[in-house]
Amino acid sequence: MSDIRNSTSGGEDYEPQLSATSTDAVGLAAGGSAGPLPGEDKSYSQGQLVARRFFRHRGALASMIVLGVVIVVAFTSIGVGPIPGWWPKGYTLQYDKIGDGAPTWEYPFGQDTGGKDYFALVMRGTQFSLIIAFSVGIISTIVGTLIGALAGFYRGWIESVLMRMTDVFIVIPLLAVAAVLGQMAGGSGILGLALVLGLVTWTGLARLVRGEVLSLRERDFVLAAQAVGTSPWRIISKHVLPNAVGVIIVSATLSISSAILLETSLSYLGFGVQPPDTSLGTLISEYQSAFTTRPWLFWWPGLMILTIALCVNFIGDGLRDAFDPRQNRNKD
Amino acid sequence: MTTLDISAPGSVSAAGDAVLSFEDLAVTFKTEFGDVHAVKGIDLEVRPGEVVALVGESGSGKSVTSMTALGLLPRNARVSGTIRVGDKVVGGLDGRGLRNMRGNDVAMVFQEPMTALNPVLTIGDQLTEGLQLHGIAFGKLATARAVELLTMVGIPEPERRLKQYPHELSGGQRQRVVIAMAIACDPKVIIADEPTTALDVTVQADILDLLRSLKDKLDTGILLITHNMGVVADMADRVAVMLKGDLVETGTADQVLNHPRHEYTKRLLAAVPHLGSGPGQFGDVAPVAAAPEDLPALDLGNLVIEYRRVGKPTFRAVDDVSLSVAQGEIVGLVGESGSGKSTIAKCALGLIPAASGSVSILGNDFTKMRGKELKALRRRIGVVFQDPASSLNPRLPIGDVIAEPLVVHKDGDERSRRRRVLELLDAVELPRSVYNRYPHELSGGQRQRVSIARALTLDPELLVADEPTSALDVSVQANVLKMFTALQERYKFACLFVSHDLAVIDLLAHRVVVLQNGKIVEQGPREEVLHHPREEYTQRLIAAAPVPEPLEQRRRREARHALLTQLGDDVAELRVEDDYERPTPRQDQGGNPSGLGGLMGAGGN
Repeated sequence: MSDIRNSTSGGEDYEPQLSATSTDAVGLAAGGSAGPLPGEDKSYSQGQLVARRFFRHRGALASMIVLGVVIVVAFTSIGVGPIPGWWPKGYTLQYDKIGDGAPTWEYPFGQDTGGKDYFALVMRGTQFSLIIAFSVGIISTIVGTLIGALAGFYRGWIESVLMRMTDVFIVIPLLAVAAVLGQMAGGSGILGLALVLGLVTWTGLARLVRGEVLSLRERDFVLAAQAVGTSPWRIISKHVLPNAVGVIIVSATLSISSAILLETSLSYLGFGVQPPDTSLGTLISEYQSAFTTRPWLFWWPGLMILTIALCVNFIGDGLRDAFDPRQNRNKD
Repeated sequence: MTTLDISAPGSVSAAGDAVLSFEDLAVTFKTEFGDVHAVKGIDLEVRPGEVVALVGESGSGKSVTSMTALGLLPRNARVSGTIRVGDKVVGGLDGRGLRNMRGNDVAMVFQEPMTALNPVLTIGDQLTEGLQLHGIAFGKLATARAVELLTMVGIPEPERRLKQYPHELSGGQRQRVVIAMAIACDPKVIIADEPTTALDVTVQADILDLLRSLKDKLDTGILLITHNMGVVADMADRVAVMLKGDLVETGTADQVLNHPRHEYTKRLLAAVPHLGSGPGQFGDVAPVAAAPEDLPALDLGNLVIEYRRVGKPTFRAVDDVSLSVAQGEIVGLVGESGSGKSTIAKCALGLIPAASGSVSILGNDFTKMRGKELKALRRRIGVVFQDPASSLNPRLPIGDVIAEPLVVHKDGDERSRRRRVLELLDAVELPRSVYNRYPHELSGGQRQRVSIARALTLDPELLVADEPTSALDVSVQANVLKMFTALQERYKFACLFVSHDLAVIDLLAHRVVVLQNGKIVEQGPREEVLHHPREEYTQRLIAAAPVPEPLEQRRRREARHALLTQLGDDVAELRVEDDYERPTPRQDQGGNPSGLGGLMGAGGN
């Protein structure tokens, strides 16, 4: 069966004209192009093919739009730092309570027990959760990729040292370490927390990247590069990592969604973002007792967490399908 | 031998009744780039005791055709037309009927015996599974039948083999087991999809002998799918040639191979290198220009290469090999798999270290160099690997791929690099428009041309080519070889040409080195080694290589059998006892026990 999917269309040298646009990444003949080739013929790179497949994944595309809207609203509504947003109310100010603070046109998300505008608070929490999630995603991806690539490419004692170190990080209970370190780093704000979380969550990616690199380094084009005398650094950065980018990006999106959940749990336990700042987890923990009486105080931040995590997971799914066309189920 | 509880021998259908027939078969695949018509309406039939060879290059639809007979196609395939196996119409069967048909009426022999067998089940389990699924024999009876089957296909000590796992067997034995599984339920027709492509020539000859005796003795029809014209000449009664989903020519082996009518068949046959014809088939090879006192381009002295393995003794892949390649000379390195030929090539490239001995390139010893010197030396060696799919970085456009060695050695500026790349594209006969294309957009032959262009970028004095044409279709191989000889004449590089294909070596090499198990068996000028071999191993190797001409191939086959008898070996054949009883399935008694899916039940729709 692989004959059908992976082989290139042969017998091609029999065509009257040498056709160069014969196969795509899946290896199926694209209808045998006829006629002479114009010099500036459309050429799809691997990246373009991936983008094309990604944009055909409806769930991922919709998630991307939803996540985009969430990000834009979170940052523009109440503004960032000194820049004011379009939402007239602040998240620190207390307003007169209308009724028991249930959502109204004036306060769409309702008001908390002290009369603060809950929309502004949730937006602030979303901002922080997003910042933490993306920073953790980026930091853990960089660390994991580096360690995995070095271990996979050099093998030998470098691999032993790096992978044993990874094993040590894996056996440490994540939540406990994050709680202790997070509190210590709490003084330096949310970026400190993000850094700490990033530095303890790279292990899964490191193992994935190592596996990928181990198989890539045996491929002939890497051997060919070695045979012309290419330096190891250039081989890693130019030949190996670009080919592992599928694994890396997919894993990065998934680590973003798990970082959101980790931050939520930490804040809920009281080890994450400290008042007066707030995050979605902090909001839930603060108002957990209000669940039965004023359910909107629980549901709004909960809904945001769900939305963000779901969107990121869907995007990760779409990326995985886009990078690995063999996993793509034909939907006909 | 065994007493199987079988009521009556299977009724052999009268000659002339097709056991497998395709009528107006068309297959279309739905893909994200639109529909692909893999098979475009073909008619073909296989009669009992007949071998029909379906010939074509990759992508011609021959494997797809055979898969339709088993109802094993991916879900995005649309099949139209009528396929009959015996008296059953495949299209009209449900999942249960299909499973019942597979194995009983039609069985498959796959290309790669290692992947066709399940590595975690014993040979015995896999053999008896089919018997039990089809209700032919159970328990002890099934084991007895399995022993009988292994004996038939010529596997020694069958009782012991039953308890072994596939990895404990050699490639040839594994393929025999696959054949034993295929004949287990006595199918009317066997589909053999490139059954010998993954095997060495000597093993290939044995497996072909086995298949031939199988159809003679069991009167089974065989649909043989292959790209190898030598195998066709050796096996086929009738030949059908496929091109891009169409049958372009059918006829007896003699008609098609000796008097082809269609243009494509003619070209296909002209492209097959013919062992024994020597150079000149695809352009002449320049005589060696170097004077004897010149430094050799590559000199290996008493080379030993070992692989260290954890927990096992070190494995000596190459043992005391001395050979040299003079400047401008092509040396063919021949051997079967595991002979260490690729290991030597990698060592000559400096990719793996030598345990002892010397590797010197134009007088510089590889083993004594470090850093800058080493890098400078590497400029002078080019390399071409076997697999065009993995030898180009899929993320780089062709222009960058070819220019990469220049960038690594910081040669020239962007414009001169571009000029050099375009010049090389012309030299390997690729259109300049591929400059901005990506490897996946090119065909296998085009990619291999790019590989060769990259190897020549730095004007090397030595080219190491590791099976550069083995993964290509014959017609593409012919063009690449033609181009290769032209390039060698023009650039006068020395070349270490590794190949398992004696015919390719015969038309290319000045000198030939024959390897077996890491040791040199014989080396010398091409005519001497390939046409008048002195060593027994070389004789066997040459006798086993099939040629694409039925009559000559029959003569060669008989000569080989004579040689084997003279050397005290057996000729492989199916051993059928006189009282051999054909098994008949008891379809409605055993039903389908819920076992592991396995070969026969796999892929039920």
